[in-house]
Amino acid sequence: MALEASAPTPYIPNTAADRARMLERIGLPDTAALFAELPAQWRDPPIEVPPALSELELVQLLRRQAAANRASTLPSFLGAGAYRRYIPAVTAHLVSRPEFVTAYTPYQPEISQGTLQAAFEYQSTVCALTGMEVSNTGLYDVASAAAEACLLAARVTSRRAVAILEPFHPGTLEVVRTYAFGADLRVDVLGDVRQLTSEHACVVVQQPDFLGTIVDLERVVAAAREAGALSVVSADPFALGMLRAPGDAGVDVVVGEGRDLAIGVAYGGPSVGLFATRERYLRQVPGRIVGRTRELHGPDGEAPRTGYVLTLQAREQFIRRARATSNFSTGQALIALAFTITLQTLGPEGLRRSAAYCYQAAHGAARRLASIPGYAVVERGPWFQEFLLRGPVPAPELLRRLEARGVLGGLDVSARPEPEARDAILVCVTEMTLPEDLEALESALRAIATEAA
Amino acid sequence: MASRAPVSRALAGDEAAPAAALTFERGAPGRRAVDVPAWRGEASELPPAHLLRASLPLPELSQGELVRYYSDLASRNFGIDTGSYPLGSCTMKYNPKVDDLLASLTGFADLHPLAPEALAQGTLAVLFELQEALGAITGLPAVSLAPAAGAQGELAGILMVKRALEERGELARRRRVLVLDSAHGTNPATAAMAGFAVTELQSGPDGRIDEPALRAVLDDTVAAVMVTLPSTLGLWEPAIEAVARDIHAVGAYLYADGANLNAIVGRLRFGDVGFDVAHLNLHKTFSTPHGGGGPGAGPVLASSALARFLPTPVVARREADGEATYALVAPEASIGRMQQFHGSVGVLLRAYAYLRTLGLEGLRAVSENAVLNANYLRELLLPYYDLPFPTRVLHEVVFSATRQRREHGIRAYDIAKRLIDHGVHPPTVYFPLIVEEALMIEPTETESRESLERVAAAFIAIAEEAARDPEALHAAPTTAPIGRLDEALAARQPDLRWRPPAEA
Amino acid sequence: MRVEGDEAVLGITDYAQDQLGDIVFVELPAVGRALAVGESFGVVESIKAVSDLYAPIAGEVVAVNEGLADAPELVNSDPYGDGWLIRVRLARPLDEGALLTAEAYRALRADGA
Repeated sequence: MALEASAPTPYIPNTAADRARMLERIGLPDTAALFAELPAQWRDPPIEVPPALSELELVQLLRRQAAANRASTLPSFLGAGAYRRYIPAVTAHLVSRPEFVTAYTPYQPEISQGTLQAAFEYQSTVCALTGMEVSNTGLYDVASAAAEACLLAARVTSRRAVAILEPFHPGTLEVVRTYAFGADLRVDVLGDVRQLTSEHACVVVQQPDFLGTIVDLERVVAAAREAGALSVVSADPFALGMLRAPGDAGVDVVVGEGRDLAIGVAYGGPSVGLFATRERYLRQVPGRIVGRTRELHGPDGEAPRTGYVLTLQAREQFIRRARATSNFSTGQALIALAFTITLQTLGPEGLRRSAAYCYQAAHGAARRLASIPGYAVVERGPWFQEFLLRGPVPAPELLRRLEARGVLGGLDVSARPEPEARDAILVCVTEMTLPEDLEALESALRAIATEAA
Repeated sequence: MASRAPVSRALAGDEAAPAAALTFERGAPGRRAVDVPAWRGEASELPPAHLLRASLPLPELSQGELVRYYSDLASRNFGIDTGSYPLGSCTMKYNPKVDDLLASLTGFADLHPLAPEALAQGTLAVLFELQEALGAITGLPAVSLAPAAGAQGELAGILMVKRALEERGELARRRRVLVLDSAHGTNPATAAMAGFAVTELQSGPDGRIDEPALRAVLDDTVAAVMVTLPSTLGLWEPAIEAVARDIHAVGAYLYADGANLNAIVGRLRFGDVGFDVAHLNLHKTFSTPHGGGGPGAGPVLASSALARFLPTPVVARREADGEATYALVAPEASIGRMQQFHGSVGVLLRAYAYLRTLGLEGLRAVSENAVLNANYLRELLLPYYDLPFPTRVLHEVVFSATRQRREHGIRAYDIAKRLIDHGVHPPTVYFPLIVEEALMIEPTETESRESLERVAAAFIAIAEEAARDPEALHAAPTTAPIGRLDEALAARQPDLRWRPPAEA
Repeated sequence: MRVEGDEAVLGITDYAQDQLGDIVFVELPAVGRALAVGESFGVVESIKAVSDLYAPIAGEVVAVNEGLADAPELVNSDPYGDGWLIRVRLARPLDEGALLTAEAYRALRADGA
């Protein structure tokens, strides 16, 4: 068959014969006539994009690029918002089901019960984990969820400033600033929760904080209440396998990052931003919400069956337009599904045990590193999986020398305002850290100390 | 009639529990779906008790129970892999499987977002090339891949306008954003989130931009005008050249909602038309899976004049000693970050893979066949449904069920529900808002001629059934896993999570 | 609207509730709030639409229909009775000729629509 007669790509079925038949039915001479309305001076411009590849060539190209990411294969002690977690095999298996992958937002509940019921499982799981009363079906990531929490607080309190309590993730802080620029809110970064005033709509605190320390949320909630502000916690959902549920401490909004338990670190995305709050703020919640209901009529005279639907949609952009709670539309449904399945596969005992393992592995590692001459672990109170390490050379230099020895030692936090972070790197150890990775770090640190001496 | 059920009738995985029973209501205490190691080394002291959690009410199921449960949920879902999905405005095209496979290669999936850039060159090179290609396709050369989805890309774009106006010293005066009454709800919602007042413009009687009406409300209080091109009616905007001139004459910016780029990809560039800033939805035009409602990716693109305001990060290419290296950079006057890290990289990898299998000829084939398919379907349905704007269309066509409503008391909603019984996913209904009883149909280029004819046959059978037996339509769907649900009850008495028995 | 002495009881019309469809939530003002003519005093939400409530008269809100919090469907089933929204003490005596009766409104809708 002549090449021009065949279908143009493997994904487009129309052959030249199909096109001719269809054009004839429409009454057009050729396909160019379909675009006749487009002004001639702009039509079919030269566009430089790389030439088409076959599937085999594409696979070869992207395998090469994947291999060029050498960091993916090195022992790594990077955390700071992206943590390596064990994701059970069941998760990838189930979220690969094409009926989940290739569906869209469940506008037609009768043929979307899979997506809808799974979203209800997600909301239930997030509420169970955080101790909160309502959850949406997930926002983009923890940072945009924190920003949306600030906007919710500003609407609820009619106040024009929000407070962020350090140590706080700088990426999340930056997203809060981006959204605050839009909403014309002032962002105050506080070193102490006692700096909170009646100008603040909310205070946002990270649990564990950016330098790894576990926060006593009750103190934050008390300070927020005194200032008439909402308390917002950005919590690591995995750490909640061990730590007190923020809802128990009286927090108003909990946000969190679900990606690491769903698909892995994946260069930071796609993610899913947990967003859970109190029933009294339900109508201010951004994003989609799924509710349980029943059929209008049961089948063949039987009792109506239980089913799930998108609900409380009058909050949303496609109905309320300029006065919606957010412009949020397409979200992170598949990532939320993966997060849910991982948590339910681990179950209560699995999650507790994994979190405890992570805690113990990190503390054991910290003790070992602190015992190397020339190094010190700086403690700021009880901590979970990340700690500050000072060495015999400045922090940026320490990381460079570790990298030269094939180890990603952590994150340079030496320029941060906290005195304990001065000269320090932030080291993360999780349940995924291999003993040989820790040995590699240890021996590299020893060698660097010897060089420095 | 009703020959093909789209999805199997619910077969509860656990025979004892109805399909709607949750994991929390299944299983038994003590069951588990996976073993995880217990710590066997030296034990460190735990944090004080007041920092630790008490209960953790998660479900307890065996692995098999859990897998059956979620497999059953999947079987009660309809995806593109299930059948035709002509959901207008959503561009439900076939998703190539190799793209998923490639994005999950461990070199990509295990890459830490804070890894040294020198050791992340593979991903950075891909992201840079994607930026370049999207810039070339749209004629808007300044690109950031940071936004997580179309709506966030819109927010980024309007915030760039806000920052630019702030720099020009005009922000205090320019407080209005104009949107069309046919626009996606995200347009007005975005403008409001960016702190602007929204003025909604009525479309002309032909469903297109009423240029004199627009000119009448344009003045130096306007920050930007948001235009979807082609429009949500699937129509070209003949006035766009004049509109661009008017808008620039008053010093405002022209924003392109690029949700419908698939109609013109490879054939017309936003930059040539005079758009200053735009967003794209990669899960639409570039075929990344929709995932039941995400994840998507919503790159924001702009003219060179606005490049300095792009969100962070942007991938930069540097050449030293004949070798290219790539780095993440913050544009000089950036509006800031949109996500904690660098964007929805896994989605961007898939879009890049898709783009690389097309080339320019493939891109043009996408728009050509998307538009051909929409017009073919339009032609087949024309005798049976009202077409409020009876011109040829681009990638989608908006019919109206006004005739069926007037003559037989059948609404767009009923038609949608009956399509389910024919194995076709319903079109978008009641949008755009300017069309009564709207049936918004977008077949995409990946449907075959035969499949379009099957979809048309279903629509036609329903139009005939509306005249013959309207009651049957009110009862639809009859072959779906569940019947029509009480949405009013769901909203009046919100039941939004599983509650422990003590609480419920 | 129904006038009882120096107070008026406000609701939405039967036509409006029909156009909105199943009403699922009603947001009402606080008792004591002063309303100007044409001011928005609340919102009714149906499943697919949201509509502002505008005051046809000026006055002070003296009562709101608390029953709607649990049973918003009363606005659908009995818009002129149990589905009332708020009770307002009129700022000034009413010129009844300026407003339409339910019958006159129905007649107008029948003509126009």
